[in-house]
Amino acid sequence: MRFIFKTRYDQDIALARHGGQRFWYALLAACLVLAPWLLPEYWLAQLSFVFIYAIVAVGLMLLAGYTGQFSIGHAAFMGVGAYCEAWLAARGWPLPLSLACSMALSAAVGVVVGLPALRVKGMYLAIATLSFGFIVEEVLARWESVTGGNAGLSVPPASLFGVPLDSTASFYALCLVCVVGSTLVALNLLRAPSGRAFVAIRDSEVSAQSMGIQLARYKSLAFAVSAALAGLGGALYAHKMQFISPDQFGLVQSIDLVLMIVIGGLGSIHGAFLGAIFLIGMPQLISLGKDFLPAAMAQAAGLQNVVYGVVLIAFVMLEPMGLYGRWLKLRTWLELYPFYRRGMFRRQRSYMKSERLR
Amino acid sequence: MLVLQIIVAGIAQGCVYGLIALGFVLIYKATETVNFAQGDLMMLGAFAGLAGMGLFGWPFWLAALAAIGAMALLGLLLERAIVRPVLGQPQFSIVMLTFGLGYVMRGAITMVPGIGTDTHALAVPYKGATFNTGVVTLGMEQLVVIAATAMLCAALWLLFRFTRVGIAMQASSQNQLAAYYMGIPVQRLNGLVWALAAAVAAAAGLLLAPVTFVHANMGFIGLKAFPAAIVGGFGSLPGAIVGGLIIGVVESLSGFYLPEGFKDVVPYIVVLLVLAIRPTGLFGDRGRKKV
Repeated sequence: MRFIFKTRYDQDIALARHGGQRFWYALLAACLVLAPWLLPEYWLAQLSFVFIYAIVAVGLMLLAGYTGQFSIGHAAFMGVGAYCEAWLAARGWPLPLSLACSMALSAAVGVVVGLPALRVKGMYLAIATLSFGFIVEEVLARWESVTGGNAGLSVPPASLFGVPLDSTASFYALCLVCVVGSTLVALNLLRAPSGRAFVAIRDSEVSAQSMGIQLARYKSLAFAVSAALAGLGGALYAHKMQFISPDQFGLVQSIDLVLMIVIGGLGSIHGAFLGAIFLIGMPQLISLGKDFLPAAMAQAAGLQNVVYGVVLIAFVMLEPMGLYGRWLKLRTWLELYPFYRRGMFRRQRSYMKSERLR
Repeated sequence: MLVLQIIVAGIAQGCVYGLIALGFVLIYKATETVNFAQGDLMMLGAFAGLAGMGLFGWPFWLAALAAIGAMALLGLLLERAIVRPVLGQPQFSIVMLTFGLGYVMRGAITMVPGIGTDTHALAVPYKGATFNTGVVTLGMEQLVVIAATAMLCAALWLLFRFTRVGIAMQASSQNQLAAYYMGIPVQRLNGLVWALAAAVAAAAGLLLAPVTFVHANMGFIGLKAFPAAIVGGFGSLPGAIVGGLIIGVVESLSGFYLPEGFKDVVPYIVVLLVLAIRPTGLFGDRGRKKV
């Protein structure tokens, strides 16, 4: 068991708490940097997908896990970013500029969508974002002069300063830079006053307001940052897939995004990454497991849905803190080895708390 | 008289939305969760009716009653096995749970060999019949939908107004803790509410089946019932039906008058407008926290 002896106030907000964390994160960073030389191309491509989804998940985590504003239309922000990037890239804009524009446009859309969030809460907000998601999907399908409609749009590969990033390894490097950058932005935001304000709003709006936090400002900020990250993820997704169509950014994608952060563990950045790994890794596991199932079940189109649903139900019922919560328990067990008690993380049974009045 | 015909079609469609929205509202009032699997319960109900008629060769009315009963039982089971253990957790985790339920139901249906992946027509006795008043010609399916919805609403009104169970349900939805102290078995009532919601969903599915078709993704129509529930005010039973009618009529009118593509989006535009102007809906009451 490690005891941290705090001698400076800076230690409270340091990104890495102690030397062990520094070591492991440095090792992880080294492995990720060396991955193009170590891993076969297929795994590298999968890892790029994990990074892309992790960017979106970090954004959604800021909004849902830290600010408490659930969005069931987040794929729409991805779509806005993806189509903006596709449009700009086709016109030969340099990559940094077009990525920045996609993020800015997504953020602007996010602020507009966030406006109802100032008046409605909880489920109403979820349904408002759901409606917004449908509207964006329909706009993408109908605005054929820009988006190519339902036929879809092919996207040129990314190119940075004239160097095309068309190999798997170079695109992986781009994704790595983006994911590290956006994670650092999110972590920094969370240890700054804005991030503390987000958490205060999540825990109680009334108390936050009476502490002098401007709800409208911080909710809009949360929506803007979250949408910007989703837009960045969408832009990279467009380059990765090289073909986008409106149905990639529909309700199913939105629910996948929410599923990702819930399974990863709400309220932790680690959870966003674990969720992204889950979302990308699960189809592979399912296809591996298909060999052990009877043919009628294995060939059914709904197998993946059933597995996702069962996993989701199991997580909500048995492990509400998600994969990261499970890791926390494991770590505590290891740290305390003979002294871990079963009830340590037990939820307190509480009466149903009404969220109607808040 | 085309307009009248469109309006009647809209009302029929709106009745189905209203019935699904009624399920949302019932469950929301009882357990404060939004059941995203409501549309999939409706789909299961339609498939149950199909199974009753196809496998057992029952007549339509018997199959329909059996389907509704079976779905009520399923609702009761779902509440007991899955929803009750997680009550007390944050609202959104329970919503995610219902997402999961929806996924499982949709996936499980497509796994049934030979049935799940196809679209089926439910052979109802009134299929294709029309009703001619001299001025307009109305499809019998639509009239049946409207009549059945009206009857269901009346039955629900009687239930909530005059029976002990109904009044207890009202009490527990107003203040759960107080109702519990008064000796009302709140948990058992929650189970009954889920059963009721599932039964209403099954009825909606059976009514919708002749108008569209029965297939695994028909539950997505439930997503259009959210606007209905919000427009009516999420806590109000009559509001759900009125909201459904409004959404149905607006949708079918916009399909006729507005350019293509608007029909699918108009319900969501309406709901965003309602949320911006009057977030509590038409019939909802505004709760405030007193500190």
